[in-house]
Amino acid sequence: MNRELKRVSLVIFVMFLSLFISSTGIQVISADDLATDQRNVRSIYDSYKTQRGSILVDGKPIAESIPVDDVYRYNRVYSDEMYSSVTGFFSLYQGATGLESATNSYLTGQNSSQFFEQINALLSGTPVAGASVELTIDPDVQKAAWDALGDKKGAVVAINPTTGNILAMVSKPGFDANELAVHDGATSNANYKALIEDEDGPLLNRAYSELYAPGSVFKLVVAAAALESGEYTADSTFPNPSKYTLPGTSTVVMNSGEGKCGGAATVSIADALRLSCNVPFAQLGIALKQNRISSQAGLFGFSKNIEFPMTSVASVYPSGMDDAQTGLSAFGQFDVRVTPLQMAMVSAAIANKGVLMQPNLIENVLTANLSVLHQPSPSVFSQPMSATTAKSMTEMMVGAVSNGVSGNARISGVEVAGKTGTAQNGTDQPYTLWFTGFAPANNPQVAVAVVIADGGGLGQSGRGNSLAAPVAKKVMQAVLKK
Amino acid sequence: MSKLNAAEALPKIVRVVPRNRNIEAFLLAFAVGLNAFELSQIQLSLLKVLTPEIFLYLLPPAFFALVIHIILRRRASEADPMILPIAVVLNGLGLSMIYRLDLATIANGGTELFAEKQVVWTVVAMAFAAAVIIFVPSHLFLRRYVYVSMIVGVGLLISPMIPGLGRNINGAQLWIAIGDLTFQPGELAKIALTVFFAGYLVTRRESLAIVGRKVLGVRIPRARELGPILVIWGASLLVLILQRDLGTSLLYFGIFIVLVYTATGRAIYVIAGITMFLTGALVAGRMMEYVSGRVDSWLNPFLASNYDAAGGSYQLAQGIFGLAHGGLLGTGLGGGLPQLVPLAESDFIIAALGEEIGLIGLFAVFALYLLLVSRGIRIGFNHPDDFSKLLATGLAFVIALQCFIVIGGVTRVVPLTGLTTPLLAAGGSSLLANWIIVGLLLRISDTVDSGNKSVTA
Repeated sequence: MNRELKRVSLVIFVMFLSLFISSTGIQVISADDLATDQRNVRSIYDSYKTQRGSILVDGKPIAESIPVDDVYRYNRVYSDEMYSSVTGFFSLYQGATGLESATNSYLTGQNSSQFFEQINALLSGTPVAGASVELTIDPDVQKAAWDALGDKKGAVVAINPTTGNILAMVSKPGFDANELAVHDGATSNANYKALIEDEDGPLLNRAYSELYAPGSVFKLVVAAAALESGEYTADSTFPNPSKYTLPGTSTVVMNSGEGKCGGAATVSIADALRLSCNVPFAQLGIALKQNRISSQAGLFGFSKNIEFPMTSVASVYPSGMDDAQTGLSAFGQFDVRVTPLQMAMVSAAIANKGVLMQPNLIENVLTANLSVLHQPSPSVFSQPMSATTAKSMTEMMVGAVSNGVSGNARISGVEVAGKTGTAQNGTDQPYTLWFTGFAPANNPQVAVAVVIADGGGLGQSGRGNSLAAPVAKKVMQAVLKK
Repeated sequence: MSKLNAAEALPKIVRVVPRNRNIEAFLLAFAVGLNAFELSQIQLSLLKVLTPEIFLYLLPPAFFALVIHIILRRRASEADPMILPIAVVLNGLGLSMIYRLDLATIANGGTELFAEKQVVWTVVAMAFAAAVIIFVPSHLFLRRYVYVSMIVGVGLLISPMIPGLGRNINGAQLWIAIGDLTFQPGELAKIALTVFFAGYLVTRRESLAIVGRKVLGVRIPRARELGPILVIWGASLLVLILQRDLGTSLLYFGIFIVLVYTATGRAIYVIAGITMFLTGALVAGRMMEYVSGRVDSWLNPFLASNYDAAGGSYQLAQGIFGLAHGGLLGTGLGGGLPQLVPLAESDFIIAALGEEIGLIGLFAVFALYLLLVSRGIRIGFNHPDDFSKLLATGLAFVIALQCFIVIGGVTRVVPLTGLTTPLLAAGGSSLLANWIIVGLLLRISDTVDSGNKSVTA
């Protein structure tokens, strides 16, 4: 029987060999694929295993992970709804948005800059601690912007023009990210559904991922293009009719007051900007042609996804327009669409003598033992205009605030440069209201853009100067008080 | 022959240094140390402190291992020294994992705990193993009870089908219940039937091997010899259909085929047996949704329709996710999430272990099983007595085949069935049966070098 027993042994050996092979196949060969399967909740649990780093503003956490007594070990806690547009949310069930997503590798300790810590962790068996991200946000400015917007839907972006550091970024209405960070799936999903179905769109990030018609604030881009072309100065004049029929169409362009732009037969670019007149800008746009406006817009950051480190939606200056459409686009109508971040960048470039700094939200990244892991230094995004053009633009914008149609942004004792906008969105649609500018004009410390969506609740009767400019004023004041 | 004579020549009393027992004592100390290490790691990982509860899970099995060891020193001093330590390591590892899963259950507010019951069953099962060594003076004694074994085996097998006694748990009619105590008689039936197969085949091997007409060069056994094979085949299919248990029916039939082959040396029985089983299973699979569902889940466990189906591949897929999560090195005991897999403490304990001790740990577990089985086969190989050969081979093969069916089910070598991993998984009947197998193997191994002597005993 021993001959048979040897064969039986061989069969047993083959049976076990198949187990060795099959387990190797699962645990080594296809382990990575299995880890990415949507239904494999272990990957999500893993991300909760290390204490996720905090997001800090002025040294205080606005998002932090607190130890809890469940399988996820840590719960994400958000301090204040006014930061929801910055932090986004971190949810077991809905993923991550905002900084939670953009700086995820730092917060989880998996960034390549933590390579040596990761090696150390592998050897010691303790997980890498997540790094904390300190923001450039100024809590007072953020609070001022949040409060000033009140219950209106809209957004505020404030930038330090000399560094590109973002001082405030607000989108309203905000949301309570804690509602999505709960570990109970049913609650989290229900809360998410409620936020998604909310007509006010609290999950929309109006500061950098929603596009709005800019209206008259776009005139800054066109004016800059005109001055940069070398063919025009602030004093270049255009005919001043009260009505202007766009070439090749029967469409009539009128100024907002439906009259002439000042009393004279001609009007300068400076006056057109100061009084925010559409007729001269339509003529200017047609004269400049769309390519020149388009390349100027591109220098300001249009058509680019700007990383700061979240990624903005690209602002749009349309192409392939005829002269009539180019005329409309020159005062921010037709298909021009911008984000508040983009408009803040336009003002920041003018404020910073024509040099546009890369927008940035990260002050530094600190490891758990407080060593600096990453510290962005100010970098130049582009140079959209010469210092001369910037100076000229500044003077025009100062005029718009001090004795033009943007007067509600005036701050006593400080020279404010600014431009309002009131964009039409179709016949019965409420206007989109804008202000962008900077202060002090001679030594800019803050560039700001304010958008108020849905007419600020006033339909077609609200104006940029009446609703957006006062918000910007409060934000600028909050910076200047420092 | 000279070796045998030398053993004969020396009176047993002269063997004052039982070398095998000293090796065993050393390995047992190592086994208990390993179990202590596992329990400590689990407590430190999950509770952050060591509590005296460790001793509850460590000391009773260690004590009974010592008792068995002492009994072996007195009653079977030449028994194989590897078998007991391997059984203690595997039993302890399983117990540790069950305790670890209990801690997870408690942390999640659950109440269904297994570890304490498992300790009790371990102690009972080890006591039975000790009793086997003490009260079965020679395994040849079992040969007198071949037909009694058959009756007992068949009786145990059909007992779950008796109305009022049988109990359907997780879709299989495999259990009997008396009050709150549930028991899976099939586990003991496999021992009784192995004893029967070995005894039956040892008397019929000549006629099964030689007699019969030759058709096309192949010798076909007579109906009288073929009869029992058909009966066992029919019984296996009956288990499959009535008890809805593919694993057990495959196990019984597999043991029988291997023993028939070992006894007769004729491959025709293996070929015919496998063909018959596959045919029977295929027909049953066509008629029974339960079998075809298992096959579907086996082939495509990640397909949404299988994954989401009730009784579909959810458990299998989760087990595979767990294994993959462990990877090569594992998450460490207490570091993974084995509690996510349904029935992690019993059917899927291999997935739980694979997640926490990794592929390397799993290889070590497989190697322990392989070693245990090979010690059994080695006993059969070296034993001068034919009945002992067949019995040892059969018992060893029971362990091997059961490992293959269960672990192969979890790792997708074969369709998933409802057997338990020997010595590791939670479950009293399984522990009892496997410790009795351990006791029998120890008893047989003691007589390897002195088969003749035992006959006279």
